[in-house]
Amino acid sequence: MTGVPLLDQHLLSVLIGLPLVGAAALLFLPREGHRTIRNVTFLFTLAEFLLSLLVVARFESGTAAMQLVESVPWIPRYGIGYIVGVDGISLWLLMLTTFIMPITILSAYSSVQKHVKEFMVFMLILATAMVGVFVATDLFLFYVFWEMVLIPMYFLIGVWGGERRIYAAIKFFLYTFVGSVLMLVAILALYFHHYAVTGTYTTDLVKLYSLTIPVKMQFWLFAAFFLAFAFKVPMFPFHTWLPDAHTEAPTAGSVILAAVLLKMGTYGFLRFAMALFPVAASDFTPLIVTLAVIGILYGALVAMVQKDVKRLVAYSSVAHLGFVMLGLFALNLQGIEGGILQMINHGVSTGALFLVVGIIYERRHTRLISEFGGLSRVLPVFAFCFMVITLSSIGLPGTNGFVGEFLIMLGAFRTHMWHTAVAATGVIFAAVYMLWMFQRVMYGKVTQEENLRLEDMNGREVAYMLPLLLLVFWIGVYPQPFLRRMDASVAAFVTRFEAQKQAALRGSPAGETMLVRYFDSGK
Amino acid sequence: MVSGVLDYLWLVPAFPLLGVILNGVLALIAERPFLLKEAGLPPPGGSHGHPSRGNSHATEAPGSHGSGASGPHSAPVYRNVVAFLAPGAVGASFVVALLCVLSLAARPPEGRTFVQILFPWIQSGSFLAPVGFQLDPLSSVMALVVTGVGFLIHVYSVGYMSHERAFARYFVYLNLFMFAMLMLVLANNYLLMFVGWEGVGLCSYLLIGYWYEKQSASDAGKKAFIVNRIGDFGFLLGVFLIFWTFGSVSFTDVFARIPLLRDSGVLTAGMATAITLLLFLGATGKSAQIPLYVWLPDAMEGPTPVSALIHAATMVTAGVYMVARSSALFLLSPDAMSVVAVIGAATAIFSATIGICQTDIKRVLAYSTVSQLGYMFLACGVGAFAAGIFHLMTHAFFKALLFLGSGSVIHALSGEQDMRKMGGVRRYLPVTFVTMFAATLAISGIPGLSGFFSKDEILWQSFSSPHGSPALWFVGALAAGITAFYMFRLVFLTFYGGSRMDPEVEKHVHESPWTMTVPLSILAVLSVAGGWVGIPASLGGDNRFEEWLAPVFRSVAAAGAHGAATGAHPSVSLEFGLMGISVGVALAGIGIAYFLYRLRTSKPAEIARRVPALYDLVYHKYYVDEIYEWAVVRRVVDGSVWLWQMFDALFIDGIVNGIADGVRSAGDRVRRLQAGIVGGYAFSLLAGAVLLVGYILYRSMVP
Repeated sequence: MTGVPLLDQHLLSVLIGLPLVGAAALLFLPREGHRTIRNVTFLFTLAEFLLSLLVVARFESGTAAMQLVESVPWIPRYGIGYIVGVDGISLWLLMLTTFIMPITILSAYSSVQKHVKEFMVFMLILATAMVGVFVATDLFLFYVFWEMVLIPMYFLIGVWGGERRIYAAIKFFLYTFVGSVLMLVAILALYFHHYAVTGTYTTDLVKLYSLTIPVKMQFWLFAAFFLAFAFKVPMFPFHTWLPDAHTEAPTAGSVILAAVLLKMGTYGFLRFAMALFPVAASDFTPLIVTLAVIGILYGALVAMVQKDVKRLVAYSSVAHLGFVMLGLFALNLQGIEGGILQMINHGVSTGALFLVVGIIYERRHTRLISEFGGLSRVLPVFAFCFMVITLSSIGLPGTNGFVGEFLIMLGAFRTHMWHTAVAATGVIFAAVYMLWMFQRVMYGKVTQEENLRLEDMNGREVAYMLPLLLLVFWIGVYPQPFLRRMDASVAAFVTRFEAQKQAALRGSPAGETMLVRYFDSGK
Repeated sequence: MVSGVLDYLWLVPAFPLLGVILNGVLALIAERPFLLKEAGLPPPGGSHGHPSRGNSHATEAPGSHGSGASGPHSAPVYRNVVAFLAPGAVGASFVVALLCVLSLAARPPEGRTFVQILFPWIQSGSFLAPVGFQLDPLSSVMALVVTGVGFLIHVYSVGYMSHERAFARYFVYLNLFMFAMLMLVLANNYLLMFVGWEGVGLCSYLLIGYWYEKQSASDAGKKAFIVNRIGDFGFLLGVFLIFWTFGSVSFTDVFARIPLLRDSGVLTAGMATAITLLLFLGATGKSAQIPLYVWLPDAMEGPTPVSALIHAATMVTAGVYMVARSSALFLLSPDAMSVVAVIGAATAIFSATIGICQTDIKRVLAYSTVSQLGYMFLACGVGAFAAGIFHLMTHAFFKALLFLGSGSVIHALSGEQDMRKMGGVRRYLPVTFVTMFAATLAISGIPGLSGFFSKDEILWQSFSSPHGSPALWFVGALAAGITAFYMFRLVFLTFYGGSRMDPEVEKHVHESPWTMTVPLSILAVLSVAGGWVGIPASLGGDNRFEEWLAPVFRSVAAAGAHGAATGAHPSVSLEFGLMGISVGVALAGIGIAYFLYRLRTSKPAEIARRVPALYDLVYHKYYVDEIYEWAVVRRVVDGSVWLWQMFDALFIDGIVNGIADGVRSAGDRVRRLQAGIVGGYAFSLLAGAVLLVGYILYRSMVP
C-alpha cells in the first residue's frame, strides 16, 4: 500500500485531470500528424482506463459511504467545494466511461479524417467532463461538469456530423440547455434553503442529503430536476432530440452519447432528484412509471418502422432507457440494482450497435437498411459480432441485457404490477425490430453489387469490438462482481429514501392528496 | 454422503458447450476462408479482390444436395474433425447422463432427487437464481431422450449435411441447441430453465434460418423467435409472480412451500390460476399450441434433421416438460387444468385436420407434431402427467424417425418435398421404408407398438380421471383416427403406387449412407419397443415408467389439493372397451387411407371438388396465418408508422420547433434593439434571471 499513496489519495482527481492533460499535449503536436495525434489520444484514454481499474481495486463493497473522497474548498465564501467520491451507484458508470473511451477513439481512427486534432481534443475534454459528472458530490461542481459535457458534444455533432448536423446540434443544445437552466434554478433554491435552515451556505451533496426539505418546496424543485434529467434520458415525450442527434452525430459521438450521456440523466434522477426530494419523487412515481412504460412501447414501435439503421437504434434507446427509469422508480433493491446494471448494459450494447453501424457506414456511406442485405455471406466476422450485440440488445438470457431487464421487471413487478406487465411486451417488440433489421441487413441475397466488395472487420475493429463482446457475456453469465459492489449503496439509498420521506411527511394527514399537499387546494 | 458419478452431472451440458466452442473456432478459422474463396470473395485480410463470379452462386434449396458446389477435391480436413467432435460431444453427454441416471436409480425412490449448485447467477436482495442442476426421475427421462435422440440425429446429420458448404456452422448451432436444451431440462430453478428456454428458441431461429439467403427461411426463423417471445412474456411474468409469492424460484423450495402458503391464505386458487396460466402461455409458444402454433409448420424451412431434433423430438416438448414440472402448481387450479386439457384437445384435433390436406411431406409431419403435442397437454390437463411424459418419450422416438425418414426420402429425391411428385419410392429406399413404416404404425396406435401404449394411456386417463370427461376422450379418439389416416396417406403417397417423380430426379434416387440408416434403424427399434416400459396393469404389465416417475408426481399429489392425480382404474372392462374403440378408430383411419390412396386414387380429388369451400379452408390451414397477418401484424406496423410520422415528427417536433422559432424571432428583435455583443448580454441576462427566479422561488415556498 505504500507504493503509491499519493495516487490513491488523488485517484479521482487524476482521472478527471488526465484527459485534460492529454488534450493539452495534443495542442503541441503538429496538426498534420494524424497518426501521432490518434495514437497519443488512444494512449491517454487507455491509461485513464487502466488507472480507473485501481478504483475498483480500492473500492470497499461493504460500505455505502462515499469512497476515495477528496474535499477541497473551492469558493469558500459561497460554501462551494471541490468534492469528489464514488459509491456503489456511481462506480460502474465511472468505469463505463473510462472503458468506452479508448474503444471510441479506436473506432475514430478511420471514421474521422478531417480536423483530427480538434476532434481528439474535444473527445478528451468530453472524457474529463463525463468522469467529473459521475464523481462530483458537490452540486455546483456537478453542474459545472454537466454543462461542460454539453459544449464538446455540440461541436462533435455540429462539425463532424452528417447532412443535417446543424439542425441536430442546435436541437440537442436547446433541449439540454433548457433543462440545465431549470436545474440551476433548483440548485440555487436548495442552496438558499440550506442557508435559511442551518445558517451556512453549502453545495456539498452529503450535507444537503441530511436536510428535511418542506414538501411544497420538494414539489417545485423535483419538477425542475425532473425536466432537466428527463430531457437528458430522454423520457417520452421529450425524446425527439435523440434520433436527430444520434443519426447526425459521427460514430464516436453516437457511441458516447448512447453509452454515457444518456446515463447522466438516469444517474441524476437517482443521485439528486430522488435522493433529495423523496416525497415529491414518490408522488411523481405514477407519472414517471407511466411515461417510462409508454417510452418502452413507443420507442420499440417507432424503431420498428425506421428506414435508417441509426435512427432505429436511437429509438431503441428510448425503449431501453424506459426500462431503466421503470427500474429506478420501482424504489426497491432489485429494481434499482437492475436499473443501474441496465445503464451499463445499454452503454455496452447500444454503444456496440453504433460501432457496428459505423463499420458498415464507413464502407458504404449509407445508413439505409434497404441499401444492404445478404451481408452475412460477405462479412462473416462482422455477422457474428452483430448477432451477439443484437441478442444482447433484445435481452437474451446469457447476455448482459437479460440480467438487467430481469431485475428491473422483477423489482417493478412488486410495486407496479400492471405497468410491468405492459412493459414486458416491450421485450417482444424488441425482438421484432432488432431481428427484422438484422434480417434485412444481413440475410437474404446480396442485391447491391458494391456490397460484394465489402471487406470484413479488420484487426483494429475486432480489437475494439472484442472487449464489448466479452462484457456482454461476462455480465450475462456472472454479474455478481457488478451487483455486489452496488448492494450497500443501493440498500442505503432505499432506506434513506423511505426515512427522509417519512420525516418530511411528519404532520401530514394520511391519505392527503397531491392537490392538498402541494397547492393547499380545498382547505 | 458421496454422490459419486452424480457429481459429474454438470458435464452433461458442458460437453455440448465444449463442442460449440471447438466447432466455433473451426468455423471461424477453417471454414470461413474456405467459404469466402468459394463464393469468389476476397479472402480474409486480403485487399480489394474482384469477385469474378459475383452472385452466380445461388443458395441451395433445402436438401438440394450434390449440386456441384462441392466436388470431391474440396472436402477439407476440418469437416472430418467437426463430424467427429459434434456427435462425440453429444455422445459423451449421453454416456454421462446415463451413468448419472443409473446412479440415481440405485437410490431408494424417495431419495431420487439430486441437486448440484455450481455458482450464484443473479442475486439481488432476497432474490437468488443459481446455476444449479436437478436430476430426478422426470429430468432424467428428459435428459436421456434429449441426449440419446440428439446423438442419433447428430450422427444422421453428418451424412445428411455432407454436401453443405457451411458444415461447421451447422454443427455449432446444433451443439449449442443441445447445451441450451440440457440447461432447460436440468435446471433446478425457473429462471435457469428460462435460460434454456430462450436458448433453444435462439438455436431454433438460427437453424430454421440456416439457409439465410432464402427469404422464406429467414422469415420462418424470425417468426419462430417472435411467436415464441410472446409465450416467453407469459413465462417471465409467471416467474415474477412465483418469486413474489413463494420467495424463491427453485423447484424444490417452491413446491415445498405450497402447503404452508395455501393454509396461510397467501396462495389462493386465483393466484395459482394466474401463475399457471402465465406459465402455460409460455408452453403454448414453445410447444406450438393454439393460439401460438403458427410458427412450427413454417419452421420446416430448416434442414430436416433440425426438424426432427428440435421441432419434433425435443424443444417443442419443453412446454409439456415445464407443465409437468410445475404439476404441483397446476393441480392447485382446476381452472388452469381445464384450460390445459381443452387447449390440448382442441389443438390435437384442429391440426390433425390440417394434416389431411397438406402435400408437403414435412408439413404433414409438422401438423402431426402439433397434434401430438396437443395430446401431451391433454394428458397434463387431466392430471395424467406421467402419461404425458410417456407420450413425450415415445413420440420423440417415432416422430424423430418419421422426420429423419422423410429426410432420407428428400435426400434421395434431390430435395423434393412434394408428395405429389413421389410415389413408389419403397423400391429404392428399403431401409427408409421399413423403418418409417414402423414409425407410422407406432404413431397410428397399433397395439404392441410404443405409440399405442402412451396414446392409450392418455385416452384412458382423459376419460376416467377426475379432471377428465367423455368429451375430451371423444375428441382425442377422433384425432387418433385422423392421425392414422393422414399418416398412412403419407406412406401410400410416398412409398407405394407408381412413380410420379421427375425423370431427372428418379435417375439419382439412392438409399442413404450408413450414417443415416443406422440412426433410422435404432429409432425404429425404439419406436417399436420403447413403449414396453409402460405397459399398463390391465394388459399384464406393471407400468414401470409410471412407477419411475411416481416419486415426482406422488409428492405432487400430496402437495396438491386433489388426491391421486393419476386416478385409480375404476373398471378394467371399461378400459378394454375404450381401448378397443380407439384401436378400431385407428384401423378405420388406415382403412380409409387405403381406400382413397391405394384403391380409388381418383377419389381424393373428386371429394375436394365436391366440397370446394371446405377443402379450400382446410388446405389453407383455416387461413389463420392470413388472419394474424391482417388483424395483428398490419395493425401494429400501420399504427407504428402513424406514431412515427404523425405523433413524433409532426406533433412533438412541431411543438419543439415552434418554440425554437419563437425564441429565435424574439432574439432577432432583441438584437435589433441592442446591436451590441449579444452573446454577452444574453448570458448575463440569463444568469441574472436564473438567480432572481431561484431566490423568488425559494422565498415563495418557505413560509
